[in-house]
Amino acid sequence: MDDIFGIPAPLLFGQLLLGLINGAFYAMLSLGLAVIFGLLNIINFTHGAQFMMGAFVAWMLLNWLGIGYWWALLLSPLIVGAIGVVLERLLISHLYKLDHLYGLLLTFGLALIIEGLFRNYFGSSGLAYRIPEALSDSWDLGFMFLPVYRGWVVVAAAVMCLGTWLVIEKTRLGAYLRAATENAALVQAFGVNVPRMVTLTYGAGVALAAFAGVLAAPIYSVNPQMGSNLIIVVFAVVVIGGMGSIMGAVLTGFLLGVIEGLTKVFWPEASATVVFVIMVIVLLVRPAGLFGRA
Amino acid sequence: MASGSVTSPSGVPATAAAGHSMSILGYSGPQLAALAVLLALIAVGPFVLYPVFLMKLLCFALFACAFNLLIGYVGLLSFGHAAYFGMGSYIAGYCAKQLGLTPEISILAGTLVATLLGVAFGWLAIRRQGIYFAMITMGLAQMVYFFCVQAPFTGGEDGIQAIPRGRLFGIFDLAPDMHMYWLTAAVFLIGFFLVHRIVHSPFGQVMKAIRENEPRAVSLGYRADDYKLLAFVLSTALAGLAGATKSLVFGIATLTDVYWAMSGEVVLMTLLGGLGTIFGPVVGAAVIITMENYLAEFGAWVTVIQGVIFCLAVLLFRRGIVGEIGRFLKVQL
Repeated sequence: MDDIFGIPAPLLFGQLLLGLINGAFYAMLSLGLAVIFGLLNIINFTHGAQFMMGAFVAWMLLNWLGIGYWWALLLSPLIVGAIGVVLERLLISHLYKLDHLYGLLLTFGLALIIEGLFRNYFGSSGLAYRIPEALSDSWDLGFMFLPVYRGWVVVAAAVMCLGTWLVIEKTRLGAYLRAATENAALVQAFGVNVPRMVTLTYGAGVALAAFAGVLAAPIYSVNPQMGSNLIIVVFAVVVIGGMGSIMGAVLTGFLLGVIEGLTKVFWPEASATVVFVIMVIVLLVRPAGLFGRA
Repeated sequence: MASGSVTSPSGVPATAAAGHSMSILGYSGPQLAALAVLLALIAVGPFVLYPVFLMKLLCFALFACAFNLLIGYVGLLSFGHAAYFGMGSYIAGYCAKQLGLTPEISILAGTLVATLLGVAFGWLAIRRQGIYFAMITMGLAQMVYFFCVQAPFTGGEDGIQAIPRGRLFGIFDLAPDMHMYWLTAAVFLIGFFLVHRIVHSPFGQVMKAIRENEPRAVSLGYRADDYKLLAFVLSTALAGLAGATKSLVFGIATLTDVYWAMSGEVVLMTLLGGLGTIFGPVVGAAVIITMENYLAEFGAWVTVIQGVIFCLAVLLFRRGIVGEIGRFLKVQL
């Protein structure tokens, strides 16, 4: 079994793994977008910049304070999430009564500011972030070599997505959250502090993006543009999946990553556009999205 | 004269400027005054300022007017207008340089291709509304961007360079900046008047009705999707016209023209000048282009300043510069 469809097996599985990893990032980012959109009715354009900040904070923790990967995995989302909470309180919260498009425009502006500031300070070329000692190995699976870190990224992302799903679907807090998504005024009338929940939800969504950023730091070079190109693909993923369902967002993310990986094997020129082409097809066949409610 | 001011896609209901005793061709008294100022500036401008800078300004002003037609009057936020601007730019550049066509044919070809792209993408994008519409247009534009990175005729990272301006109708040499300036000014004014004409036509009134209350417009028997698509196509055609003219002005068509940052820039210009105002996009484009011109040496700070303007405009003055002036003077500009 050296060849599959005339493609050398290591190449095929290698790209499949890369696809799974990209899919993991799509899943985590579109999940965060869906959670934020559900409650705030705002498409968080800053999401890509916050993903980038997550990676940069991990880099700063390591190079400025000597704090390693595992602590960064916890601290970076907390720090970036806290910044998100401040942004929500100071700026975004003023827009809830307006057309949703203003939320998109404001968060786009914020993304420009954050990206510009990082570019001024760190330049456009990337910074390297070492793979943590414990994960720098590579396993021989027989049909391919699996760098342990890459496997870890997929597992960590899947666990994180599942955890988020469990919190939202199976806990009391999640029940409040889903209720507030349906009818915020009514939930408020029952004595739940909805504005605080909105703020914390935004913080949590942002923290999720930052967590993805830390995971990405050792794989991609840490650079100010790493979020902005990713976020446009994630928007397409969101259009394809529809934002109605948490699990839908996660599955769509992973699925599209894998499809993208396979496209790289069979038709490399189309790999950059395949997600958008699928978006077009879904719009033609099922305009509300795969998991969306019409 | 209008009683309400057009402020946002869902803002105060706007009534038409038509019907007032002072109105000529749909322009109210104050609008005619502003128009006279604009025409005077265009006429005097090249003798005071660098013509190439003014041509850049006019091209982007037209681009912003095209964008405003969609968001200001139909309430659809396209986050992918760079695709039509950039495609117009590439096609016009290719026609003028590789095929040796005359400038007017090149510009028309660029506009035509952008329009066709607008038909296809508009047909797809109007299936969803609001926030999804924005994301879809953005995704489609990114697809065009990747296409332009790989397609042979665009020249990849280098773009199409040294595009000749040629001779208009095969007669008038456009190489001197002043000659090109008058062509650019003419193109801008045609587009500018066309937008105004569209907005004040019966078609434009239905567009605004759809923006204000789509279900009601539908219940009155208007096929909202047809109106939205036509508005989208008209907007993309004018964006293509702006891009095509720009490529002849500078003799260059590059990936910058189709990149998402360009889509963001035209949103910024229109928002800053005033959504749904006639003169807003022109003022917004003038401010942003001037700023970029003078701050170019500060590199990434331009991005930061643009972001700050975005946030301030959204939080503090959603009517934009022209909208706020109009409100202060109690006129619709």
